[in-house]
Amino acid sequence: MAVQLVISGDADLFEIVGLSLRVSLSATLLACLIGFPVGALVAISRFPGRGAVLVLMNALMGLPPVVVGLLVYLHLSRSGPLGFLGLLYTPTAMIIAQTILIAPIVAALSRQVIEDLHAEYAEQFRSLCLSRMQTVTALLWDARYSLLTVGLAGFGRAVAEVGAVIIVGGNIDHLTRVMTTAIALETSKGDLALALALGLILLVIALGVNAAVQGLRMSARRQAYV
Amino acid sequence: MSNAQIATFSPTAQRVTTDPCLLPLRVRDLGLKCAETSILHGLDLDLAPRGCTVIMGPNGAGKSMLLKLLHGLIQPTAGRIEWGGKSPTEVTARQAMVFQKPVLLRRSVGANIDFVLKARRKPLTQRDSLLEHVGLLHKARDPARRLSGGEAQRLALARALASEPEVLFLDEATASLDPASVKAIEDIILDASARGIRIILVTHDIGQAKRLADDVVFLQGGRVAEHSAARDFFPNPQSPAARDYLNGRLVF
Repeated sequence: MAVQLVISGDADLFEIVGLSLRVSLSATLLACLIGFPVGALVAISRFPGRGAVLVLMNALMGLPPVVVGLLVYLHLSRSGPLGFLGLLYTPTAMIIAQTILIAPIVAALSRQVIEDLHAEYAEQFRSLCLSRMQTVTALLWDARYSLLTVGLAGFGRAVAEVGAVIIVGGNIDHLTRVMTTAIALETSKGDLALALALGLILLVIALGVNAAVQGLRMSARRQAYV
Repeated sequence: MSNAQIATFSPTAQRVTTDPCLLPLRVRDLGLKCAETSILHGLDLDLAPRGCTVIMGPNGAGKSMLLKLLHGLIQPTAGRIEWGGKSPTEVTARQAMVFQKPVLLRRSVGANIDFVLKARRKPLTQRDSLLEHVGLLHKARDPARRLSGGEAQRLALARALASEPEVLFLDEATASLDPASVKAIEDIILDASARGIRIILVTHDIGQAKRLADDVVFLQGGRVAEHSAARDFFPNPQSPAARDYLNGRLVF
């Protein structure tokens, strides 16, 4: 039945899948826009308290989604500081929550990637008297294929999480219902066919994105760009 | 765009600079310690404005560290270095360095040159002439990290020349290269020297030092054991350490 649902092109099913992808890809994009430069800046900078910053960045990788969901909920709820925006129970709120959840992952992992690359380039860049901005830009560009994997890790975390999006999205049918929240709901209702169909699609998406990135990395390796 | 408007790198063109000359170089009582180990100490050195200086000496003598200090990549723990009255960090941008292991960006050969031209705000039209000068124009689109060792070092040299340096440092730039690659690189160095770029290079290759050097600085134990004209140094080294080194004996 689950496979039949997928093959039949069930409109509800694909609406949920579409929203899931829109929310998680948007959050991944935003997290990368924030996380890559932050990771690169921390990677090339030496300042008092850097060790503490690294510990904090690594610790934030394990942020519990429900805690992020709760914090975003408190800020976006009507009585919260950002309540006037009216974003609670909208896809935008879900994007915000997922961005907060995965930006630390992207920043921490990209920091490690960039730091390794910088160790190789540092003397050459000092010899060229590059500005901090030029250094960061060059490192981000040269680490682009490794950073793709970092982005993928962020997307994987975003698309699979349920705790944050269910709190700030509310799992409203045709509005904020995504794959993970729908799976949780349908399972509790005993509608295992839809839950299984969504789970199947989730797995295919995860496999597909991984395969695409792996292909890109292999192509880059062949060209010696990794 | 007319040909007259296209800026190109010319290997025969003399360098022209409006800034005061970096040379002569004066080094006084230079010292460098790393984790309480003294690498260089009490080092004095004067270099003339033109020519090619070869720094030689046994492993651990402090040759590479001296180059990095002169280029402003590391700071001395004692003494001072003056390039025409300025500190090394003030003039790093007017110099370039080629390292023993060329550090190539994960881009195409051409993009490696473009990177320096953009960073130094030079016209990108110089790229092809620079690549042609080092014999790599036909590889402009190839990934830089797939070049052979000799090609990679020539690209590193082209990238260094792209910044139009007044001083070019080379740290064992031909170590572990085949004779043809060594010859190609030496020709580029001689061209650069003829254009007025001051060359300071570290090498263990005595033949190369004889071919390139105008003067030789021989380091031993973190000090200058001898500094003399190449025509005097090779036939008649004054210091016992240099004599032992040139005769292939271990120098302690």
